Amino acid sequence: MNYIGENLLPGQFGHFFIILSLVASLLASFAYFKATGPVLDENRTYWRRLARISFTIECISVFAIFGIIFYIVSNHLYEYKYAWQHSSKSLEYKYLLAGIWEGQEGSFLLWSIWHCVLGLILMRTAGKWEAPVMTVVSFAQFCLATMITGVYFLNWKMGSNPFILLRESGIYDNAPAMHINFDVNLPVRPDYLSTIRDGNDLNPLLQNYWMVIHPPVLFLGFASTLVPFAFAIAGLWTRQFGDWIKMALPWSLFSLAALGVGIMMGAAWAYESLTFGGYWAWDPVENASLVPWLILAAGIHTLLIYKHTGQSLRATFVFLILQFFFILYSTFLTRSGILGESSVHAFTDLGMNAQLYLLLFVFAWPFVVLTAARPAMKMKMGITALALLTLTWLSGEFGWAIGGLHLAPMLAFGTILAGVIALIGVIQKNVPALHKEEATSSREFWMFIGSLIFFLSAMVIIFKTSLPVINKVFDMKKAAPQDEEFAYNQIQVFVAIIIGLLTAITQYLKYSNTSAKFFWKKIALPTILSAIAATLILAFGNVNYDKHGLGFLGAIWLAIVCAVYAIIANAGYIWIGLKGKLSLSGGSIAHFGFGLVLLGILISSSKKEILSHNTSGIHIPFGEGSEEKTGENLTLVKGMTMRMGKYDVTYTGDSAHPRKQQWYYKIHFKSREGDEEFTLKPNAFVNYKGNEGLMANPDSRHYLTHDVFTYVSSLPNPDKNKDTASFAPFDRKLGDTIFYSRGFITLERVATRDSLPFEGFSPADSATVVTLKVQSMNNTSYTSEPLLINRNGVQLSLPDTVMAESLILRVNKMTTGGGVEIGLKESDALLQYVTLKAYKFPMIKVLWLGIIITAIGILMSMVQRIKAIRAGRAK
Amino acid sequence: MKKIHIILLVLIAAAIAVLITFLQNTSTYDTVDTAMAKPGKYVHLMARWDKSQPLEYDAIKDPNYLSFTAVDTLGKSVRVVYHQPKPENFEISERLVLKGKYEDGTFNCESIQTKCPSKYKDDPKAQQKSVEGQGGSGY
Repeated sequence: MNYIGENLLPGQFGHFFIILSLVASLLASFAYFKATGPVLDENRTYWRRLARISFTIECISVFAIFGIIFYIVSNHLYEYKYAWQHSSKSLEYKYLLAGIWEGQEGSFLLWSIWHCVLGLILMRTAGKWEAPVMTVVSFAQFCLATMITGVYFLNWKMGSNPFILLRESGIYDNAPAMHINFDVNLPVRPDYLSTIRDGNDLNPLLQNYWMVIHPPVLFLGFASTLVPFAFAIAGLWTRQFGDWIKMALPWSLFSLAALGVGIMMGAAWAYESLTFGGYWAWDPVENASLVPWLILAAGIHTLLIYKHTGQSLRATFVFLILQFFFILYSTFLTRSGILGESSVHAFTDLGMNAQLYLLLFVFAWPFVVLTAARPAMKMKMGITALALLTLTWLSGEFGWAIGGLHLAPMLAFGTILAGVIALIGVIQKNVPALHKEEATSSREFWMFIGSLIFFLSAMVIIFKTSLPVINKVFDMKKAAPQDEEFAYNQIQVFVAIIIGLLTAITQYLKYSNTSAKFFWKKIALPTILSAIAATLILAFGNVNYDKHGLGFLGAIWLAIVCAVYAIIANAGYIWIGLKGKLSLSGGSIAHFGFGLVLLGILISSSKKEILSHNTSGIHIPFGEGSEEKTGENLTLVKGMTMRMGKYDVTYTGDSAHPRKQQWYYKIHFKSREGDEEFTLKPNAFVNYKGNEGLMANPDSRHYLTHDVFTYVSSLPNPDKNKDTASFAPFDRKLGDTIFYSRGFITLERVATRDSLPFEGFSPADSATVVTLKVQSMNNTSYTSEPLLINRNGVQLSLPDTVMAESLILRVNKMTTGGGVEIGLKESDALLQYVTLKAYKFPMIKVLWLGIIITAIGILMSMVQRIKAIRAGRAK
Repeated sequence: MKKIHIILLVLIAAAIAVLITFLQNTSTYDTVDTAMAKPGKYVHLMARWDKSQPLEYDAIKDPNYLSFTAVDTLGKSVRVVYHQPKPENFEISERLVLKGKYEDGTFNCESIQTKCPSKYKDDPKAQQKSVEGQGGSGY
């Protein structure tokens, strides 16, 4: 059948490139695998050439796929489900990209694009490591390519294809209107496209510039974590256990910076545009990407230890392999829908759980086989892997259970865990280790402790985050504890204390051992300065967060002291230790920034203040022992000033987005102490696209020391307050009066105007302005100016309201004899109000500044390491 | 045994202790009946908003008082009190996770998590619904 108006060519190209990408990446993996073979193999160069060509074709395919999707979405080709689902005609051009990576397929593609870019760089720069490293990269590309194929393979759907047509996607199955003769058993109507007027649109909460920039940076971070992993695997596989370190270091540093910035961009987005009331909520999605970052940071530190002392090589292998593994695990968590109950984020279950599980599986067991030393061991591991996989599959297929406990989830989890343990076993067995005791006065000893703390902190976080997984595996129904954030904070504050302290002192220690005299001489000044600074902050900073008792407050104080110490000691080290040589001080700058991050987190979270405590309405008697003190929301009636903290706050008006159902509310803040004055415009989508309800975006006023942050938490229900009163007509002449319930109105003036500041008001149009004086009983008077516009012979009445008197006035018509017919309405529904929540966040700038400085410091180190590699090669 | 191994063991023991404490402090997912059976205990009540019963919220009178009836899949219902305005997506939510305690005949809710079809935009069922709406209005 021919469907009218379809443009099928882009989709056909898309399908072609998806298959090409799948084949090319598989071929590249195989060819690079062969090119890694024994040095004496003459065919190695041929394999390598084939591999390079294949990988280049793979890159071209991935870019082509992305280009085609962009074409489809930007041209609103709604015959494609992807365009229909993720965009609309009213969507601004800048959000088209956001629409693309809103979907699973688009985000996998974004990830894949970064792998291509990084792969092309590795191809040129990795030298002798190219073949083994690119084997892993190509294999990862193959795995990502399977995620967007959408072909059926033995009754099992592999991936989800972004080029699927709307009419073939199955979503018309229950829509009789879309079928011939309104019968769902008959094919879709040939003219179905003409009935689709617009797409489903990008989720309004995601229509935000952060959605344009945050995912690319985050996925660059995700993609770049593959490189340290690939180097570690390459080292194990080629049995050159220590050699890869030098190359992997700058890549790891890059990854740390990119992933860190990506995560914190998400935090900034949450802070600026969502209504969590903060930047971090220990949400599973946040945790799942923080955990690899922590492990990567641990891995970089053990790598440096190895580079300088020859210790900790095994730990480096373990950390750099695990960090990528946890990236995959986070992908599983966030895309399998298993988090459904426990996260505020939206999750989609594409029915790809088996495939996501396999993604974890193929990055564990095959690498055990690849890196195991002896052929017999490889065989043994390979058989174990296959047996476990078959057993898991069978138990899932036949629903095996023991004592009512399902075996499949347990086996699936166990298989992956066993694979990771086996990989660690390979490292333990093959990688040589120095058996020498580190001195407690050595830098490496404390660096190792720091790494360990980071790693264990990551393990604790991921364990808590995995509660839904644990429930599934052991068939339990445990839910998060009462105060979930505190469950994280009460542990992580101790991590902050130890890490802050170690960050401060470790640079002042030398590798191998440090004499006490040397150490104290250097660190004395920063220590004294820190003690002074920390005392001042604690004495005058009013950090008195006592919601969780004095013990926790004490821990916060201690952590602040350590963070201040980290900041000052690292800034000082640039001069004391490095004599101000900026090119070498990347590490110190990064640690200085990290100290600021800690301080910013501690102060902004413990001193967060709710401004909008309820001072209106009835006091609610909370139950005894209730945590609630007073309400956190405040209702502002338009024009009525309320007290909020030190501010007098007035809701002065609102305006609408020209094309969307998005409203901006003008909230005026005026300080009672001094002349501080500003207007915030939080906005909200009201009943967007027919979905009843409110979706709010906050607005904040930024100061150096704090932010004032507010969002709309409730609006009047327009249905409930439906205006039932009607306009009463009054025919009056100049100087006449009209009486209403609370006073009278005088008709003062009638004037005609040719120009009005309205869009599209042409000189041919005219308007009559009627000036009315409203005199209320309580001796206040108001002026009201309703308009009657004559536009191309059509009369249009623009009413005016007198809010304080609940009056609406309009000009009905001009009457003969110079009179005017005034329409008057008195209505209770006029009461306009917004309910707000407002916070004061102190020192949030310190956090953002810290992030930027940390990233700059890390990148400076990276540049320094790259220079060292180049200098080494030139020799 | 090296010093570092001792520290390692101590830290791992601490981490395990932390995790065990965490598991002991977890709460539970409950229905109306089971939540009522343990008054004063913090639970996650899985239910949905019963739209046939009145919802009480007046921002002018008190913006921090919301009261509605929640009904679970077994058909049992309970009056819920929440000291915040309606959460986002409340109206279109198919399911609510109500976190709080059952006390003196009402469920006092500390936080509400909404689970709605529009969030699961890739969910085929939700899309079918959305298409039906569109197709219907086209005729």
